Amino acid sequence: MAAEREPPPLGDGKPTDFEELEDGEDLFTSTVSTLESSPSSPEPAGLAEDISTNSNGPKPAEVVLDDDREDLFAEATEEVSLDSPEREPILSSEPSPAVTPVTPTTLIAPRIESKSLSAPVIFDRSREEIEEEANGDVFDIEIGVSDPEKVGDGMNAYMAYRVTTKTSLSMFSKSEFSVKRRFSDFLGLHSKLASKYLHVGYIVPPAPEKSIVGMTKVKVGKEDSSSTEFVEKRRAALERYLQRTVKHPTLLQDPDLRQFLESSELPRAVNTQALSGAGILRMVNKAADAVNKMTIKMNESDAWFEEKQQQFENLDQQLRKLHASVEALVCHRKELSANTAAFAKSAAMLGNSEDHTALSRALSQLAEVEEKIDQLHQEQAFADFYMFSELLSDYIRLIAAVKHYVIHLQGVFDHRMKCWQKWEDAQITLLKKRETEAKMMVANKPDKIQQAKNEIREWEAKVQQGERDFEQISKTIRKEVGRFEKERVKDFKTVIIKYLESLVQTQQQLIKYWEAFLPEAKAIA
Amino acid sequence: MIFGFQTEFFQIELEEGLDDGPDFLSEEDRGLKAINVDLQSDAALQVDISDALSERDKVKFTVHTKSSLPNFKQNEFSVVRQHEEFIWLHDSFIENEDYAGYIIPPAPPRPDFDASREKLQKLGEGEGSMTKEEFTKMKQELEAEYLAIFKKTVAMHEVFLCRVAAHPILRKDLNFHVFLEYNQDLSVRGKNKKEKLEDFFKNMVKSADGVIVSGVKDVDDFFEHERTFLLEYHNRVKDASAKSDRMTRSHKSAADDYNRIGSSLYALGTQDSTDICKFFLKVSELFDKTRKIEARVSADEDLKLSDLLKYYLRESQAAKDLLYRRSRSLVDYENANKALDKARAKNKDVLQAETSQQLCCQKFEKISESAKQELIDFKTRRVAAFRKNLVELAELELKHAKGNLQLLQNCLAVLNGDT
Repeated sequence: MAAEREPPPLGDGKPTDFEELEDGEDLFTSTVSTLESSPSSPEPAGLAEDISTNSNGPKPAEVVLDDDREDLFAEATEEVSLDSPEREPILSSEPSPAVTPVTPTTLIAPRIESKSLSAPVIFDRSREEIEEEANGDVFDIEIGVSDPEKVGDGMNAYMAYRVTTKTSLSMFSKSEFSVKRRFSDFLGLHSKLASKYLHVGYIVPPAPEKSIVGMTKVKVGKEDSSSTEFVEKRRAALERYLQRTVKHPTLLQDPDLRQFLESSELPRAVNTQALSGAGILRMVNKAADAVNKMTIKMNESDAWFEEKQQQFENLDQQLRKLHASVEALVCHRKELSANTAAFAKSAAMLGNSEDHTALSRALSQLAEVEEKIDQLHQEQAFADFYMFSELLSDYIRLIAAVKHYVIHLQGVFDHRMKCWQKWEDAQITLLKKRETEAKMMVANKPDKIQQAKNEIREWEAKVQQGERDFEQISKTIRKEVGRFEKERVKDFKTVIIKYLESLVQTQQQLIKYWEAFLPEAKAIA
Repeated sequence: MIFGFQTEFFQIELEEGLDDGPDFLSEEDRGLKAINVDLQSDAALQVDISDALSERDKVKFTVHTKSSLPNFKQNEFSVVRQHEEFIWLHDSFIENEDYAGYIIPPAPPRPDFDASREKLQKLGEGEGSMTKEEFTKMKQELEAEYLAIFKKTVAMHEVFLCRVAAHPILRKDLNFHVFLEYNQDLSVRGKNKKEKLEDFFKNMVKSADGVIVSGVKDVDDFFEHERTFLLEYHNRVKDASAKSDRMTRSHKSAADDYNRIGSSLYALGTQDSTDICKFFLKVSELFDKTRKIEARVSADEDLKLSDLLKYYLRESQAAKDLLYRRSRSLVDYENANKALDKARAKNKDVLQAETSQQLCCQKFEKISESAKQELIDFKTRRVAAFRKNLVELAELELKHAKGNLQLLQNCLAVLNGDT
């Protein structure tokens, strides 16, 4: 039977296909508006049930959510608590979307932490307000990650980091507080945030990378410079990650994030699969499959996707090149430092064997100056790396994530739209046929005719809703990408300026050292 | 000075001061004279290298002389000489017994453009694979490097001649005059394999001998002290010279990285004309400018420190050689004494032994006397050279650091003003 599929809701802006219904349009106009005003009523569910007797879709929702737009994608989010026994951070067991109808109410609510309906559902004005506010500047929240401390022994050991928050935002109970967190906690946080927000178009900052080798060294207790360096690198990366996350107005509202920052005990996140590129893709797939039930106004979106893709591609290439050069600089600076130290020692020896007293003294002074300069080089290499190089590698990873996201979504939208168009045409034809049949067969059964007409009306409304939903998600994506670009700009500027200031300091120190040495050299008689 | 370049890739005529560092050459001049601060170039004899041409596998130096001495046919004249002819001159001094008591000015090192040439060649081959801008930048860099090496080798050869011209005895040497005046090729071919082998064995014998000879304790405190001092000093200068070289090279590598960073930032900045791109362009410009300064720092360190140490490595070796010759003659003297005693005891060939002994004595005393003066002069020269170079090094480092600081502060002011 043709009508076994529940037509998904459609969005705004009637597509041209509806022109076929012109003859009956006047019948629908009033009812359309009625439907629009109550998007979340359970009634459609009833209708849906009637129509799709063979539906193998999800069971009626248990929750009536505030906002349809969210619900549409909740199916794609099957939230998995990291503490629960089933570990899939991303859903996998959905039935094939092509078969599953999706309606606003036949959705499974996001299985979020037992606590509350979290942010994805709160697409409401207050968040918009915060975003507007935040457009200006800082959120007045500062995060620091410090005091890495080894806990435990052997292979079960781990590093605990102190996460300190300073804020004046009212959503937090105190203005300054700190907690101890381990690396897997950070990954757990990221996993939760990603699974909640990625599919609705938010760019969730990627978590720092795992490193088995680095961590093993630390566990085993190798107290050498490479493991201290590793811990320091990680600490800095974790700090940057949190700073980036709280800068995001939506993520800042998330209760999981708040819990992470505030509560003294965090349920231990085991088996945290940091959301990989593949993970993101899977999630996007699910979202896209849900989206395929909608009409899509592709033209403008298409151009935008193309442009963004190209931009990110170029940016990625350039950044990699720059990153490679900066890494080379770090390497050479370290080399320079080592060679300067060696020269300093050698000059000291030379000074010792020089038998002219004043010259001997001057050479020793030279050795001292070079030693100090060696220190300078070391500090500068440190700055080169932590400010410049790490910034670049963060961004390369971020851009890679965004790039994949954009590319994939575009591909999916594109494909689904074509399928949808065909299917839509078929559905409309079908319904019209039914209506005609009903008219012909039951000349005096106005309620049947009415029923058919109602169905068509319902169906159209859903189409419109779906389109609105798509609009919303598309808007969100663009806004996110725009916000990302703005943040990127600000970030870069801030860090590069800081880096240049470090260069300034180095030069000032050099001046001091050489000014002190000059009279010594002149004193050689 | 006018330098001409003629390699398979470039033909460049450069006049003094026309390269991007007008003070480079003059500093080098100062460096040149600094190494030989004590050389009173008086009107009697002035020598310099007025021109140089680098050809595919050799360098031609134009040696220019101004002299009021009667020995020469004219008051001013020039000849063209190659590296081998300098070496011939140097070796003739070494082999001359009369000069045993002097520090023979060290021979200039062979001009070595191989590394630089290879780089230029690679660049030429890889031209297709890089943007025009990158190619031009790299070409400029390599040309500058080539020029620097070229200038250095000219300076080294010139220093050698000036030292000879300033030495009261050596300046009168006949071979030297021929070198300066004879306007034909001296036909001094480089040593062939056989001769090189002979040299090698000579050196081996000399060092073995040196070990034996150095075992002889010197009666004279002055020379004893000098010997100990020179031995240690020479080794330490060698070490310092090598380490200074490495340091300078790292500095240059870092400067090269700035160059690449500047290029990358430029590429980022030209993607569009948004705010961030203008930002990138400004920072790119900064890196380009700061890189020039860093390259200059590296070059100056090379000149004032590395070259100074290298030169005194060679000079201290020459001084050691002098001490060796003196010790040798002392041993000969003592042997002659023993022979005389023996002859007297046997009453056979006494006169011969006496003459021999007297000759050895004279030789030894002559060498000792001039050696003492030479070593004192050496110290004076050394102290003055180090002083001059260290002062100049400090002044240049300060100049560059201040320049860099200014650059950075200006750039920051602009960047901060924009945001």
